[in-house]
Amino acid sequence: MFRWFHKLASTRNFYRLAEILSPWLAVLCALLLGVGIFLGLFVAPTDYEQGESYRIIYVHVPSAWLSMFVYMVMAFCSLLVLVWKMKLADIVAEVSAPIGASFTFLALATGSLWGKPMWGTWWEWDARLTSELILLFIYIGYMALRASIDNPSSRARAAAILALVGVVNIPIIHFSVDWWNTLHQPASIMKFDTPSIHPSMLLPLLLSALGFTVFYFVVMLMKTRTVVIERESKSAWVRERIAENRL
Amino acid sequence: MSEFFAMGGYAAYVWPSFALTFIVMAANLYLAVRRRKKVIAKLKRDINHAEPGR
Amino acid sequence: MHPKRKQKLILVGLMVAAVAIAAGFILTAFNNNIQLFFSPTQVVAGEVPEGAEFKVGGLVAANSVKRIGDGLTVEFELTDNGETIPVQYTGILPDLFREGQGTVSVGKLDANGVFIAERVLAKHDENYMPPEVADALNKTKAAQGVTKAGKTQPYGADTVQMQ
Repeated sequence: MFRWFHKLASTRNFYRLAEILSPWLAVLCALLLGVGIFLGLFVAPTDYEQGESYRIIYVHVPSAWLSMFVYMVMAFCSLLVLVWKMKLADIVAEVSAPIGASFTFLALATGSLWGKPMWGTWWEWDARLTSELILLFIYIGYMALRASIDNPSSRARAAAILALVGVVNIPIIHFSVDWWNTLHQPASIMKFDTPSIHPSMLLPLLLSALGFTVFYFVVMLMKTRTVVIERESKSAWVRERIAENRL
Repeated sequence: MSEFFAMGGYAAYVWPSFALTFIVMAANLYLAVRRRKKVIAKLKRDINHAEPGR
Repeated sequence: MHPKRKQKLILVGLMVAAVAIAAGFILTAFNNNIQLFFSPTQVVAGEVPEGAEFKVGGLVAANSVKRIGDGLTVEFELTDNGETIPVQYTGILPDLFREGQGTVSVGKLDANGVFIAERVLAKHDENYMPPEVADALNKTKAAQGVTKAGKTQPYGADTVQMQ
């Protein structure tokens, strides 16, 4: 287990693995997103209460899910940075932050576009909406902190601590709708009960959410590979690859 | 077909949601590809500069 | 594991735990401010700010919606299945506003105890299903002596339950 871990932690092995996985993930992502969004727009039935407007769910929920999932990846990487000083984890956390921030923005924006026709308001300071907005600020703060520290190892450590402090917001987002009264309704899928979405509507949602997740991995791996060769441009394996024109 | 685009009267909310999502995802992908190309071009330039014979 | 790493892991764990506990205290202390709305029961009990604007949430009582005058002004009753308060509102209602539906109103109490709403928002539940399925559910529930699908038992109880 640890041997495997160390192997992956080596940037060179990671680069190779990412290189092999990426095209497959890209194809998988296109398939999942294509089928998921197609089913969501054309095949899934109209909702009994919200009519066609509920179709925003097929981009809103995957965005919101990804906003939290990416943060959990960053928090896990931060643990690896603080305890094991793993450089690769620092890169993954660094390149993930803008992706996470952009999907947090999407969750807020699509939620707003859904809230206006259904609830009658673009925005309400309820616990769910506010905690998701705080997540966006944490992402922005994280990126600002990274940009403000020049020394790589202090940057990695400070960023990791901020990410781990901010992780407390994730359960708050998830359980906000249970802990307080909010305008946002309780969870439909992520709960200890059968989902309260009809299967014909649930399947496209799961495909779409999975597609978003794979999309994150495609972009994250590409960005991580870029940073790896940039940082290790002096190392033999990178030079060799540049010379052979296979990066 | 026009009925589909009307989204039961919610077109003004549904389509911007999907369009915005598409734009943000495309931007994520575009920026990642652009940065990668830039870095590779720079590395190639550097190595050719350091070893002019190649 | 290397003892130094183990120590670091424990420190990180302690840090996250400390932050979580601090956040827990803060959220508990501000519990009332984080709640979006008051329930009709709280309004009747006088727990709401006097003379100031506040939000009240509950279900629109069955057969209580009346349009008065020009038709833009609506009167309805808001209930949490315990207490009920009258609400008056002039303006456009959200599409989901209907009897039996959850709603949050923003406004003030007048001298007669009528809640004068400036804004009325609709809440919806976490259930999504095609209309045919909802109809079928309603029929079975009606046969069992319960009313509308989805929003009677689970939803009603959920929305109404405060703190």
